[in-house]
Amino acid sequence: MFCTRILTRAFTMANTFGVEHDEKMKPLIEIWRRFLRRRSAVLGLALLSILVALSLAAPLITPHDPEKLKLSQALIAPSAQFPLGTDHLGRDLVARLLYGARLSLVIGFLAVAMGLAVGVPFGALSGYYGGWIDLIIQRIADVLLSFPTFLLALSLVAILGVGLQNVIISVGISAIPSFIRIVRSSVLTIREQTYVEAARAVGMRDSKIILLHVLPNAMAPVIVQATLNLGTAILIAAGLGFLGLGVQPPTPEWGSMLGEGRNYIFSHGYMATFPGLAIFCAVLSFNLLGDGLRDALDPRLRRM
Amino acid sequence: MLPGDPARTIAGLLATEEDVARLHTQLGLDQPLIVQYVRFLGNLLRGDLGVSARTSRPVLEEILARLPATLELALLSTALASFFGIIGGVIAATYHNSFIDYVISLFTLFGSSMPAYWLGLMLIILFAVQWQVLPAAGNEGPLSFILPSLTLAAFSIALITRMTRSSMLEVLNQDYIRTARAKGLQEHSVLFNHALKNALIPVITVVGLQLGALFGGAVLTESVFGWPGIGLLLLDSISARDYPVVQGVVLVFSSMFILLNVLVDVLYAYFDPRIHYG
Repeated sequence: MFCTRILTRAFTMANTFGVEHDEKMKPLIEIWRRFLRRRSAVLGLALLSILVALSLAAPLITPHDPEKLKLSQALIAPSAQFPLGTDHLGRDLVARLLYGARLSLVIGFLAVAMGLAVGVPFGALSGYYGGWIDLIIQRIADVLLSFPTFLLALSLVAILGVGLQNVIISVGISAIPSFIRIVRSSVLTIREQTYVEAARAVGMRDSKIILLHVLPNAMAPVIVQATLNLGTAILIAAGLGFLGLGVQPPTPEWGSMLGEGRNYIFSHGYMATFPGLAIFCAVLSFNLLGDGLRDALDPRLRRM
Repeated sequence: MLPGDPARTIAGLLATEEDVARLHTQLGLDQPLIVQYVRFLGNLLRGDLGVSARTSRPVLEEILARLPATLELALLSTALASFFGIIGGVIAATYHNSFIDYVISLFTLFGSSMPAYWLGLMLIILFAVQWQVLPAAGNEGPLSFILPSLTLAAFSIALITRMTRSSMLEVLNQDYIRTARAKGLQEHSVLFNHALKNALIPVITVVGLQLGALFGGAVLTESVFGWPGIGLLLLDSISARDYPVVQGVVLVFSSMFILLNVLVDVLYAYFDPRIHYG
């Protein structure tokens, strides 16, 4: 495949700059090689890069403002001037989709970052120490896991109120339990390894052992889960937007655009079609990427 | 809690401050949060979920009136998802690495990346607007079940197909499958009597957990199709700031979810005698 060749060349170039001789880089290079072998993974990375590039280049691609109302241009079907048409308030859909990509990606990244920031340390403590710490953390995770994910995010938004910040918090909180569980189960096996025992034997402090020896070895499944969660986070955030409980108008957000489009599906179907396609592409790219990373980082997990 | 004062919402725009204060006392909103919570738990034990702030009817009554519509939809979707998912998975595993396998994998990938509510809207555009063969909303008659249940099932179909496929592939590599083939059993007998039976154990888990997840998805699907279930009730109650009903619906959803998880664990041990609890 073409992309694969370009990426391989980039990698070879990196080699000539002497990266290869660095012992620490070796496992990373091996992972990168395995990643490149998966065509779907490369496709996911390419799709994601295109999305990011398009969203960053939005002002260069379209002259239209994503938020400014122009009622005289309302509900124009896709045409040369407006390739994807205009919405009920006369805003160009291309502009709204491109600027909306920024928002969806930012929501996804921040929500997953929040899930990681809380889930990883608590999962590590829970797995490393066991006992009553484990008991308390796991019961809290149980509470969060006793709701279907979307319902949890929805309930949290209902409690916190709508808006960008609260959407990120709600989606972030609903991502926490999966990270707690994954980190805990990896740490449970890692803490029994001889190198952890050795570190303890030479008198290393627990905090140092966790940070330097346990967590780095528990990272592979976490990275995979985080990538897949990015897709889920975008899906959930867009679902909240669709219900009118997410980012509020006039901010261009894919979910709320889809929600506005549904009011016009009997006459202007394109308004609902394109935002959904955009969400689909973003989620697809993260799913492809996550599957590829799983194969590259942990070949033993390769079942699907 | 939900931003906004429910007492003020109920009292309406013309209410005086005294009216609002009286409603506060009546609804118990003037009590400390912990007192309100303990009172809620106490009532819960007696099966009393409180009274809807919007309709003044008992919350339990409101939920029970809407619950059947949601359950019908969720069960039908689960049936669809299990049926298509298991068949798709078996076909993909049987023709491993062939064109059919590739097409099925593509479908599962699309199915698991697609926003269900968008799929619902697209189905409405095609079947209700363009071809006008199926109703766009409501739940009258068997025809109205088709689009919502497909919408709700799409993600689960993809997931169950994937799970069945990988589980089948694993089982098909086992020695006892080779033995079954070696003793001259017909291929369909090998597939269905020997392989599928064993491959279904992890699939049952996914089906059970998916049925639970469907309750979350039901909120969006019910909103798209105007389906009069408890998902729609939840959304209406959120926008009306009707706390007691929101609380009640979330409680019902999560109870069903937990119950299903327990049920899956029990079934798991039943289907796989190697698993013991306790």
